[in-house]
Amino acid sequence: MIAIIDYKAGNLGSVARAINHLGFECRITHNAKELLGADRVIFPGVGSAGQAMQDLKRMDLDQAIYDLYESGKPFLGICLGTQIILEESEENQTACLGLLPGTVKRFPMPLLSDGGKYLKVPHMGWNQVKLKRLHPVFKDVAPESEFYFVHSYFPAPKGVETIIGTTEHGITFTSVLGKRSLIAVQFHPEKSGPPGLTILKNFCLWEV
Amino acid sequence: METVRIMPCLDMKEGRVVKGIHFVDLKDAGDPVENASFYQREGADELAMLDIAATVENRKTRLEWVKNVSSVIDIPLTVGGGISTLEDIDLVLEAGADKISMNSAAVKDPDLVRDAAKRFGSARITVAIDARRNNEMPSGFELVVSGGRKPVGKDAIEWAKRCQELGAGVILPTSMDGDGTQKGYDLEYIKAISDVVDLPVVASGGAGKLEHFYEGVVMGGAQILLAASVFHYRLISIREVKEYLRGKGLMVLLP
Repeated sequence: MIAIIDYKAGNLGSVARAINHLGFECRITHNAKELLGADRVIFPGVGSAGQAMQDLKRMDLDQAIYDLYESGKPFLGICLGTQIILEESEENQTACLGLLPGTVKRFPMPLLSDGGKYLKVPHMGWNQVKLKRLHPVFKDVAPESEFYFVHSYFPAPKGVETIIGTTEHGITFTSVLGKRSLIAVQFHPEKSGPPGLTILKNFCLWEV
Repeated sequence: METVRIMPCLDMKEGRVVKGIHFVDLKDAGDPVENASFYQREGADELAMLDIAATVENRKTRLEWVKNVSSVIDIPLTVGGGISTLEDIDLVLEAGADKISMNSAAVKDPDLVRDAAKRFGSARITVAIDARRNNEMPSGFELVVSGGRKPVGKDAIEWAKRCQELGAGVILPTSMDGDGTQKGYDLEYIKAISDVVDLPVVASGGAGKLEHFYEGVVMGGAQILLAASVFHYRLISIREVKEYLRGKGLMVLLP
């Protein structure tokens, strides 16, 4: 069974629907025991880092997330879930979970494209991911695939060894990161059409 | 180059989709779930639903249709109309919306924008800014509220800047002079907004022909193109718009 961590941070229904659509069973839960009993876990989230950390702590889910990461079960972070696995976020100066070394930064302003055009923040819309290394979760995903992004802050992991893919939005930022059983994406695979579904399917089948 | 997104909008009243001209004269036109799935199949990048008769007794109905619609689509859903408290936002997001849009309530209580952005994240907070032309305003655009009926005596462009400072994530400008007319977006107004904010801008109000969409991006500076009647009455399909924009050299996502 695949568990989706429920900490009142956003649209979990669409993640669950995508997983079910792919023919896998999943459960949205905030029960730590149930999470630890799952085969694999999805950590979604939209919203602000400060509020998310507050909610995770209030619901005693921070410890469960450390334990899940340590257990080596496949773990997928999405959007805000991807950001708060790092150590600290510039958003409300929030201390985060620290599963991976690094911080979460805000896009600098002004932000200019290659052609000198002003770019907008939040980075909202379709964009590509350039893979820095192969990863089983990105199997059969065409390089030019576009994914749906909505964010004002981006992951800035320390060191290059956790960087799996990058995206351009005025600057080059890490849009996919991971280590061992952990894979985390800044975009929303559940809102990214066929390539997003491929990623979710690969994750559901991933043997670490 | 940024990908331009097409956002059909469903105007809602008592759980049904309606569409009017100049914000009045409503005509019943359908079931929200059917319309939403139709648009997704047609290649919409996002969907907006605007509750134009958002009375207190209507709020429960709203949560129902948000839930029903969000469960049949997987494109981002923005819900607006009558959202005036943090609790309203919480419930609508909980029901399955990805973003909310507020309008009059933000004008009445700007702190609501700040608090909402802090609690739910800027990316989920859209501020819709309705305006009409008024030469007494420094920018020539006066802010109006209550579905376009009530002028506020404030400059709409100044208000857009203020919304960005407060933490809004998207600005959705609609000109009362253009809405529902299908004569084209009010490019002057949209450009005035996109020039002063660093946020994504949704061009809204007045799209009726293929050229209008192109103008919204190139002359208005918008990233997202919203339209209601032209899609609603099936005058143009979303695919036609996207193919047209691609032919003009803009980037779009064609399924």
